[in-house]
Amino acid sequence: MNYLTRRLVTFPLIMLGVSVLVFVAIRMVPGDAITAMLGTEAGLLTPDQRKALAGYFGIDRSWTAQYWHWLLGALQGDLGLSVTNGKPVLDVILSRFPLTIELALLAVVIALCIGLPLGVFAATRNQKPSDLAVRIFAMLGQSTPSFVIGLLILYILSSVFGILPTMGSAVSLFEDPIGNLKQLILPALTLGFSFTASVTRISRSAMLDVLNDDYVRTARSKGVPALQVIWRHALPNALIPVVTLSGVEFGYLLGGAVLVEKIYALPGLGRLALDAILQRDYALVQGCVLFVALNFMIVNLLVDLAYAALDPRIRLGGR
Amino acid sequence: MADLLRGLLRHPSGRIGGAIVALYIIVAVLAHLGVTPYDPIQQFRIDRLKPPSGAHWMGTDMFGRDVLSRLMVGIGQSFLVAFASVGISAVIGTALGLTAAWFGHLWDGVVMRLMDILLAFPAVLLALLIIAVIGPGTGTSVMAIAFVYTPIFTRVVRGPALSIKSRDFVDAARTFGSSRVYILTRHLMLNLVAPLTVQVTLALAWSLLTEAGLSFLGLGTQPPASSLGLMLSESGNLMEMAPWLLVFPGIAIMLGILGFNLLGDALRDILDPKTRSALA
Repeated sequence: MNYLTRRLVTFPLIMLGVSVLVFVAIRMVPGDAITAMLGTEAGLLTPDQRKALAGYFGIDRSWTAQYWHWLLGALQGDLGLSVTNGKPVLDVILSRFPLTIELALLAVVIALCIGLPLGVFAATRNQKPSDLAVRIFAMLGQSTPSFVIGLLILYILSSVFGILPTMGSAVSLFEDPIGNLKQLILPALTLGFSFTASVTRISRSAMLDVLNDDYVRTARSKGVPALQVIWRHALPNALIPVVTLSGVEFGYLLGGAVLVEKIYALPGLGRLALDAILQRDYALVQGCVLFVALNFMIVNLLVDLAYAALDPRIRLGGR
Repeated sequence: MADLLRGLLRHPSGRIGGAIVALYIIVAVLAHLGVTPYDPIQQFRIDRLKPPSGAHWMGTDMFGRDVLSRLMVGIGQSFLVAFASVGISAVIGTALGLTAAWFGHLWDGVVMRLMDILLAFPAVLLALLIIAVIGPGTGTSVMAIAFVYTPIFTRVVRGPALSIKSRDFVDAARTFGSSRVYILTRHLMLNLVAPLTVQVTLALAWSLLTEAGLSFLGLGTQPPASSLGLMLSESGNLMEMAPWLLVFPGIAIMLGILGFNLLGDALRDILDPKTRSALA
């Protein structure tokens, strides 16, 4: 079996495993959903009302029956009803998803725009002071948690410039593009900053590897201008690990960035999942986790395929 | 061992990273022994939100608690969680990876597919899910981080273990009758020390970061105990009035992670000459 077939065959099996794991985990949470939903008012319910509610949300049946019912629905795109929102889970998730996609895209683009040139620059200045400066910057960036950066940005903005970014509800990209960008630029910078550091490091080391290759030396010795050697000959090959890294990071960011969303009060997927967990909204947690894991796996699969397409030396056959 | 230390001292990132980590470990131990300038939960009510001064080097917080003392205890707390969680995941992950490589077949398949399932979750989501099940707290943070890192250790160990298993010296050991346990612990483990050391150091950096993040969300260490993430989240609304509440814990987290990252890079350079690190 070649690599692609194997990946495609194991894909649904892993998703099934993920769904079972989430299903069991969420039901081990102490307390029940109805109390979580109604708070103290749940105490006013008569046993009959409680039973009726449990029946309505389908949480009165056995675990296996619930799982089977949920799985059949999920395969048809019905992830159940969110107890806290009173809306279908898929609708709730999809309403949060555009913001998350946009934020992830912006963060990766920012990181590539800053990190790639920096890394290439450092590689061509190997062991010189400017290379050292870039490496120190990258190391510091990689060691600073995104929420620390976010808090520092907010502090500098509010204390030095006296402004605060728009928070709260999402501004739609299509209705108000400028407002949308204003709202997302700081969170995207915050997320992008940590990732810039990784991109810088990877592109520097990949570039260093390539610059030592024979074909680059040949190009130089036959008199190709230095800049052209770097951009035309070396960079395309050095890009391969950068593409892989960016893809994986993008897939990861599609799962939502809980901390940055919390700091900037953005309604993204990360906070949806966090709130769902805290409020024991079973169906919503299951839906979120499954949705995020599915995205994550699809993106990783695409990254592997892109990797093979970019580098013909890699044959994804065998192990 | 002596060679390793000498190598670290000669490596620039090793020197800096080693010094930072050593300093943090000393602070963490002091904090756990109770050696801090003040009691970290004692409230000096007249001195609330005082900027850094001779009496309180890093100022005081909104309850008049000494920030330096809380920072020290926070570092102690973060290190406790980091070392415990990485220790647990390294032991379990190594055991799973070794046995998966050694026995192969069904066991290998079961273990590795399970790890695939765990790896299909973004790390933070998996940690959140575990916290939801057990409830927030220090022990939960340890478990959640250990859970996330176990599949990574399993993979790091299984790959090299597979290739070492088929080497001649293992066959030789088997032919003259070494027991399975002896071969596993002696021949395989010794050859895995290098990749494991590097991975453990980098895992510690990640674990510090995650602990801080979980506490920041209010899901890790619970007040009135102190942790770096908790201090940052408490500083949130006061940052304009009392920036020292934000700056000191922020720098403390960054430096700690930096220390382990530098140390990990240096260890990789020294222990594994084949792969050059990104920082070199």
